[in-house]
Amino acid sequence: MEAVLFFAAALGALGGAIGVVALRNPFYGVLALIVHLFSLAVLFLLLTAAFVAAAQVVVYAGAVMVLYVFVTAYVGGETEPVGDPIPGQKFLAPLLGAALFIELSIAVLGSSLLALTTHGPKVGPGFGNPEAIGKLLLERFLLAFEASSILLLMAAVGAVVLAGRQGTPGVSEGAVGGSSERAFGAVCSEHPPTAPSPVGGASA
Amino acid sequence: MNTEWYVVLSSLLFAVGAMGILVRRSPIVILLCLEIMLNAGNLALVAFSRMVGNQQGQVFAIVVMVVAACEVVVGLGLIVAIFRRKLPLDVDELRELRG
Repeated sequence: MEAVLFFAAALGALGGAIGVVALRNPFYGVLALIVHLFSLAVLFLLLTAAFVAAAQVVVYAGAVMVLYVFVTAYVGGETEPVGDPIPGQKFLAPLLGAALFIELSIAVLGSSLLALTTHGPKVGPGFGNPEAIGKLLLERFLLAFEASSILLLMAAVGAVVLAGRQGTPGVSEGAVGGSSERAFGAVCSEHPPTAPSPVGGASA
Repeated sequence: MNTEWYVVLSSLLFAVGAMGILVRRSPIVILLCLEIMLNAGNLALVAFSRMVGNQQGQVFAIVVMVVAACEVVVGLGLIVAIFRRKLPLDVDELRELRG
């Protein structure tokens, strides 16, 4: 039963990954990645990592993929033009990928880790559940937890700075909405770029 | 299933993601391939954590997930900024920093 589930999930993960690489339309690529992520969540469940699997589904398949779908729809999922600018790229890349796979496999399987061919020790029912992970996160790895929260905050601010203002003024005014634009302009007015206009620094 | 199956699957996924980054030209798809590579790393972390019988690898996987989310947010912000400046969404065209 476990082997069947493993091979089904592995096939899904691999198929999703190959779909991302092979499909020309980025929109279909995003959908293939969702298949890949769900299959990985199944694999995490098989490895008794219930909380990681739940976080995978909620964070990745729920939030990050929605972001991808929105941005792909916004920029218009155009299919890539055919033809490679670097000659021989289409043949060389799979070759290098295969070389990387063989190299990694040799590095891991030749590492003489004795437990590699075992299932791992018997673990209790509480292994990997939210309680155990939360205890570890808030006691042993508290510093990493706080650092990652700061990292998330910085990424959110950075994304707003990157995507929020620059570009054609008409588009951002209409699309983003006035109030958030004004609030953001007030935050940013400490560093006026060039002669900020009265409407909260919506410069061209 | 033995741990080696998971680790071999993880290295296969990593290689597929790396190949995608080499082949594709759309920055969105390159970000998707980066996700595949990060997830392959996550799978290896969780598999080894199961092998040792220790939950710390799962905490590492969660931190990797957080970093991946940050990377996605910043990368997609860059893509939106590129799109708004009406530059081509093609990494072979966007090579001003190449020197």
